[in-house]
Amino acid sequence: MRNILAIAGKELRAYFYSPIAYLVMAFYTVLCGFFFYSFVATYQMESFRMQAMGGGMGAPPMNLNEYIIRPLFEGVLSVILLLLIPLITMRLYAEEKRAGTIELLATSPVTDGQIILGKFLGALSLFAVLVLLTFVYIGTLFVYGNPSFKPLLATALGYFLFGGALMSIGMWISTFTKNQIIAAGVSFAVLLLLYVVDWVSSYSFSTVGRVLAYIGVTTHFDNFAKGVIDLRDVVYYVSVIVLGLFLTARSVEALKGRAG
Amino acid sequence: MIEVEGLTKRYGATVAVSDISFQVQKGEILGFLGPNGAGKTTTMRVITGFLTPSEGSARVAGVDVVEKPLEAKRHLGYLPENPPVYPEMKVREYLTFVARIKGVARGEIKKRVEEVAEKCAVTDVQNRQIGKLSKGYRQRVGLAQALVHDPDVLVLDEPTAGLDPKQIIETRDLIRGLAGRHTIILSTHILPEVSKTCQRVLVINQGKVVAEGTPDELTRRLQGYETVLVTAEGPAPEIMDRLQQVGGVNLVEPREAADSRVTFEVHAEKGQDVRADLARAVVESGWKLFELKTSGLSLEDIFLKLTTKDLSEEPAAAHAAAVQ
Repeated sequence: MRNILAIAGKELRAYFYSPIAYLVMAFYTVLCGFFFYSFVATYQMESFRMQAMGGGMGAPPMNLNEYIIRPLFEGVLSVILLLLIPLITMRLYAEEKRAGTIELLATSPVTDGQIILGKFLGALSLFAVLVLLTFVYIGTLFVYGNPSFKPLLATALGYFLFGGALMSIGMWISTFTKNQIIAAGVSFAVLLLLYVVDWVSSYSFSTVGRVLAYIGVTTHFDNFAKGVIDLRDVVYYVSVIVLGLFLTARSVEALKGRAG
Repeated sequence: MIEVEGLTKRYGATVAVSDISFQVQKGEILGFLGPNGAGKTTTMRVITGFLTPSEGSARVAGVDVVEKPLEAKRHLGYLPENPPVYPEMKVREYLTFVARIKGVARGEIKKRVEEVAEKCAVTDVQNRQIGKLSKGYRQRVGLAQALVHDPDVLVLDEPTAGLDPKQIIETRDLIRGLAGRHTIILSTHILPEVSKTCQRVLVINQGKVVAEGTPDELTRRLQGYETVLVTAEGPAPEIMDRLQQVGGVNLVEPREAADSRVTFEVHAEKGQDVRADLARAVVESGWKLFELKTSGLSLEDIFLKLTTKDLSEEPAAAHAAAVQ
């Protein structure tokens, strides 16, 4: 555990020593803020119109969770992560390989598993900062309105798992190259594919279509975005994370055989 | 302290290291000498557990590096050819991180970091970013990193490569000062390097050990001897005397004796092939000749390769030396 934390701490500090953390945070905050604002503005307009048209004061107010939080996470933030997660994970192994520091880690009395978990945890901590930033925006809804709190927790959990799943895949891809740009590019391509693969299900109803829909990384985010925790979705994301970590371990193990 | 047996490493069809065996005693400095691409780095990487061997084994402090990697790594400090430093970290922070993952006890970390920083003369830059340091400082930070957990065995890959002459001398002194307490393997492709630092030298070429001995022995061979190994059965002192009398022979040294057979190392004058005369001398005296072979013939080629490499690769260092 001590080793894992040492490595996680090192990774997290590395993000803040380089421009990456600030770039990612700035990018995220601006986009998140923009979309949050536009969803709130749309919500306001809609609710004025509803009042004017319909039941006047008697109509129940529109649901904040349904009209702001859900589209924000499902429609916008999940796409932003597609871009940002590769930026976070690209350096995890590629940079160690380029700088030769991988030799330090690999010849220290720590297991590959500890290194991998440490790196994953470090990257996840940076992502946790992003999640917190999101909730600064969402927190304002509590000041001016009254969204339901419990579904929001479900959404946060789902978002965290979603990001974690993308991250473990990004980390795996980062083990294949010394070049961070290649790592980021390939990660983005792979994640994008996982993101769109379930679209097949809209025109293919065969088993293949259903399987692809299951593999799709967004399919399982839908419930979370609604504020519902479905065990199947949790299992899916945890499986993807474990698979990503496992593939990373295999790839790192294979490096010992070749490595130039 | 270090035992390597039948070590072979293949990358696909290429054999990087082929059947290397050697031992290093406690407190000794062993030098790996060989041209670039000879397999020095690969051998070191297997010893440190960075690569797994295709065949053979390596033991550090009696612990097999493949079977018990974590335990073996606790005994090991390793400085790769490029110091494995994080350029964005500060020196002190970096050494603290390394101490943590090398398993230095929590309460000891601060003390150990200060000690190695002192020993490697990086105390005055301990609050500076490693990426902004000169090559010489970075190399010393790398050395400090290898020492931070006070390992029994140090593996140093080309510790003086890329340094200026003054830094080279400082680094050599530092390494010599570490012997005794630590067992050291270091690699180099520069001939004078080994004679200045190492007690024993292993010459490696194309993945094989081609010569082994003290720097003096190797230099003597280099200075124009043809070496022939003669294995014969008979009274050793008499054989030695007889061999000594063969024309062109300068020196005869007994090498090893097994059963009743004795092997002699015969140094002859350069350019003379004394093998036929040696054979006749042994046989005509009525002893049995078992083996007669030249040894170290390729050594000169390697040395030649080494020295020319050195000149072409480090014109800056050569120039600096010439100016001095």
